Amino acid sequence: MEILIALIIGLLSGCGVYLLLQARTFSVVLGLTLLSYGINLFLFATGRLVIGQPPVLSAVSSPADPLPQALVLTAIVIGFAMTAFAIMLSLRAQAELGNDHVDGEQP
Amino acid sequence: MSLMLAILTPFCGAPLTFWIARRSRKWGTFTALGVCLLAALCLAPMAPAIYGGAASIQYLSWIPAAGIDLTLRFDGLGLLFAQMILGIGALVIIYACYYLSEKDSLGRLYALLLLFMGAMLGVVLAENLIILLVFWELTSLASFMLIAYWRHDSEARRGAQLALVITGAGGMALLAGFVLLGQMAGSFELTTILLRGDAIRAADNYPLMLLLILLGAFTKSAQFPFHFWLPRAMAAPTPVSAYLHSATMVKAGVFLLARLFPVLSGTLFWSWWVGGIGLITLLLAAVIALFKHDLKGLLAYSTISHLGLIVALFGIGTPLAAVAGVFHLINHAIFKAGLFMSVGIIDHECGTRDMRRINGLWHSMPHTAILAMVATAAMAGVPLVNGFLSKEMFFAEAVSVGGQMRFGWFLPAIVTLAGIFAVAYSLRFIHDVFFNGEPVNLPKIPHEPPRFMKIPVEILVLLCLLIGIVPQYSVEPILDVAAGAVLQGPLPEHDLAIWHGFSPALFMSLIALVGGLLIYLGRQPLFALHTHLEGRLDGRKIFEALLAKILAGAAHITNFIDRSSLQQQVSLLVGATLCLGVAGMLPGPGVLTNLPALLPVDAVSLIMTLVLAAAALRATIGHRQRLTALILTGAVGLIMTLIFVKFSAPDLALTQLAVEVVTLILLLLALYFLPQKSPKESSPARRWRDGLLALLVGSGMSLLAFAVMTRRSTTISDYFIANSIGGGGGHNIVNVILVDFRGFDTLGEISVLAIAALGIFALMQNLKLKGLEQDAQGRPFDPDKYPLIMATFSRLLLPLALLVSVYIFLRGHNLPGGGFIAGLVTAIALILQYLTNGVVWTKKRLPAAQTHPLIVWGLLVAMLTGLGSWLFGRPFLTSAFGHWSLPLVGEFELASAMAFDLGVYLVVVGATLLILINLGLFRSSTAVREKKTWKS
Repeated sequence: MEILIALIIGLLSGCGVYLLLQARTFSVVLGLTLLSYGINLFLFATGRLVIGQPPVLSAVSSPADPLPQALVLTAIVIGFAMTAFAIMLSLRAQAELGNDHVDGEQP
Repeated sequence: MSLMLAILTPFCGAPLTFWIARRSRKWGTFTALGVCLLAALCLAPMAPAIYGGAASIQYLSWIPAAGIDLTLRFDGLGLLFAQMILGIGALVIIYACYYLSEKDSLGRLYALLLLFMGAMLGVVLAENLIILLVFWELTSLASFMLIAYWRHDSEARRGAQLALVITGAGGMALLAGFVLLGQMAGSFELTTILLRGDAIRAADNYPLMLLLILLGAFTKSAQFPFHFWLPRAMAAPTPVSAYLHSATMVKAGVFLLARLFPVLSGTLFWSWWVGGIGLITLLLAAVIALFKHDLKGLLAYSTISHLGLIVALFGIGTPLAAVAGVFHLINHAIFKAGLFMSVGIIDHECGTRDMRRINGLWHSMPHTAILAMVATAAMAGVPLVNGFLSKEMFFAEAVSVGGQMRFGWFLPAIVTLAGIFAVAYSLRFIHDVFFNGEPVNLPKIPHEPPRFMKIPVEILVLLCLLIGIVPQYSVEPILDVAAGAVLQGPLPEHDLAIWHGFSPALFMSLIALVGGLLIYLGRQPLFALHTHLEGRLDGRKIFEALLAKILAGAAHITNFIDRSSLQQQVSLLVGATLCLGVAGMLPGPGVLTNLPALLPVDAVSLIMTLVLAAAALRATIGHRQRLTALILTGAVGLIMTLIFVKFSAPDLALTQLAVEVVTLILLLLALYFLPQKSPKESSPARRWRDGLLALLVGSGMSLLAFAVMTRRSTTISDYFIANSIGGGGGHNIVNVILVDFRGFDTLGEISVLAIAALGIFALMQNLKLKGLEQDAQGRPFDPDKYPLIMATFSRLLLPLALLVSVYIFLRGHNLPGGGFIAGLVTAIALILQYLTNGVVWTKKRLPAAQTHPLIVWGLLVAMLTGLGSWLFGRPFLTSAFGHWSLPLVGEFELASAMAFDLGVYLVVVGATLLILINLGLFRSSTAVREKKTWKS
């Protein structure tokens, strides 16, 4: 199972980086989203994979590591704020510059 | 404490004075004077003890681990400087009130002067060298802002920049020197350092340390070859020149030499460097001063020359020379401040400072002329005025020390030559300005200035005469304690009498007076020679050429790296990260050996992984079809949710699910205004490069993740698990970490969220975008925006959804849920209304959902919850909880962390709504317009 998760992390990061390198703002925003999935999953995985032991006391005997979960929870919300900011920036750029190239001008 | 108060008073008084002076110039002046007085009163109670020879050290702990504490020292030298800083400061404040024209902001000048005053007090009262340095740099900053007081004047701005760069660079060197000195002495405290003089002078690093400290002192005190910033600083208003650039700030370098005199002096290295540089500066600046046509230019070079004199005295290094140095320091501050103020009056009355045009002012301004003449006599070293006494001590020391050296005649010769030029430029100043025919083409007709403008000058001139005529009764006490503090030992025999008999020094004085007269009489050929040579060796030009080269070099490097293409920048960044990652992985012992038992793979997981991989890859490869790519990304997000469910993270799964929905709606809304397809513009080579980078990053991340997951787990979470119920009162550890253990982090995170939302709001202001009118196949969109059935059902759903979010919120402390998730659920429920019923309809019915106040309230609630624990004497954000029981409801738990979570909830709701509704509002307004066009 660890191999599967590691592959997913790699795949998401790779896809994210590829999209990040594209020339249009929308692709970059999608790339950011995929990259954050990858990174969030990586952070989560540092707490090791545990099945069926959620970190809620009195329900389980040896709960999964709660700390990475707390970190990732805020990371997800902040990631949303970042995505929102990036997409609004690209909208503004589209309005002001008349195109959606990342450098602000058509090549 | 009272020393700290004295330093803080000007700092606190500055904004107050600024505020008052904007309303009334008169009261602004009184306030500024009051601040000086208050600072003086803080020091006054200790002054008698200091006059008795004591030194007072006050201690406030700051960073004990680094040996840096807010220790302050009040001794004779500090007392002398504090008197000069506050006394001359008060006179300058009175003077500036009349000097500055109505249209200039008096408040700004006063505020900056007071800031400087506080900083300078800090320098002279510091006991800890690092504290001294901090204030030292503050004086540089205050000087920078004061030189550039007339911001519209480019000459002033350039002069300010020059001064800041030179003195700032000196400050850097000084810091390095102090660190070295601190290491040698084992402490940054002056008391300790002053006791370790022998060890420090014997240390290997002594020359380097001394050189660095001298760099700092010499740049500040405008010694050759760093002297050229001071004449450029004359672009400042004259009160500033009188205060900073003659009486106090430029004395800071000399002050430092005096402060560290017992530790650093007494070596050949010290004598050569300090004495040599002082003598060169003394002579060179005296010669240049003669040729300056600008009144302030003449005074600036004269100041440099006199600073050189004081430095040379400390360089000579005998106790008597040090006494003379302190004495001349006092005298120079008094007569030069008076002279600058006189020049300011002349400038004020004539509208120019060019000595070729100002002549014969004796007739129009006799009173000012007399004042200026007395002060100039002090500058030239004429008997019965204060400058004479210290200069004669200097001459006497030069003779006595010169007599003990080979080529000893050299020293008195240079000194006398400098004296001759000092007399010459003083004569030129008096003769050119007050006599020498009639004024030439002056912008204004000069007459005597307002009565009160002359009072500060009169006080200073009176002091010149008092010290010059009865030194025993006027200056002796303060000179003795100051010199005693410099020497840290018994004072040498010295006699401040005017008449010492026919000594060599008297003859040198006579030679200087007569020689100066002769030079001035024969000035015409000298002036012709100077015009010929002018501009050959200008420190400022060299500096500016150097600066231009540095800037060009920096621009070159920037242009080389930054080709203003985001794609290139990102690929560089990714590439660099990759290299670092690989470099970090390489040396380690095989990370993939010694694998523990892995979890078995089940069929469902395998299938979901394949679906996720297919979606992610398809979204990436087909990213030019934006809508498809977006939907596929959403699918990836949903599978992420499943992963969290599978691996025991219910909170994460809930959060991810909610965020996924919100993100998808947001991106869909945004896509409405953006092109639907990306053009095909990457070359195949580019695509291969991107692909390779992506592949490398992906493999690296996979390897890294696998290596991490197969390591033996050591966690710091045991503490959280053990204390979650007892310390935080909650069973859901993730939530307890968020709102309790790491509550401060969460507070930061919701602040970031709020700031992002406000930033987005700012971005949306006055945004003009054209939305889509037809789909990809060219068919117009359905004008019916709000389908009736969907609208009705969503209205029915709202209370239910809100109830769910309340439930999620309330149970969050003990079961999966909490503020973040509940906030997102509420936001989604509300957004659904906006989407299906339209913004206008929803806004009418939900006035409470104003988003800005929600965010503010959320932050306030979270903050106040944190502050609340202060009431009980606990650290910020300590949580409390208790169990209560109500009839019907039964026993339940209330924790202060829940109030904090409420803040989180409000911020999340507010921020999410703010982001989405603004875009939605925007959409609906454009859509309405489109609908009309469609109908017509």
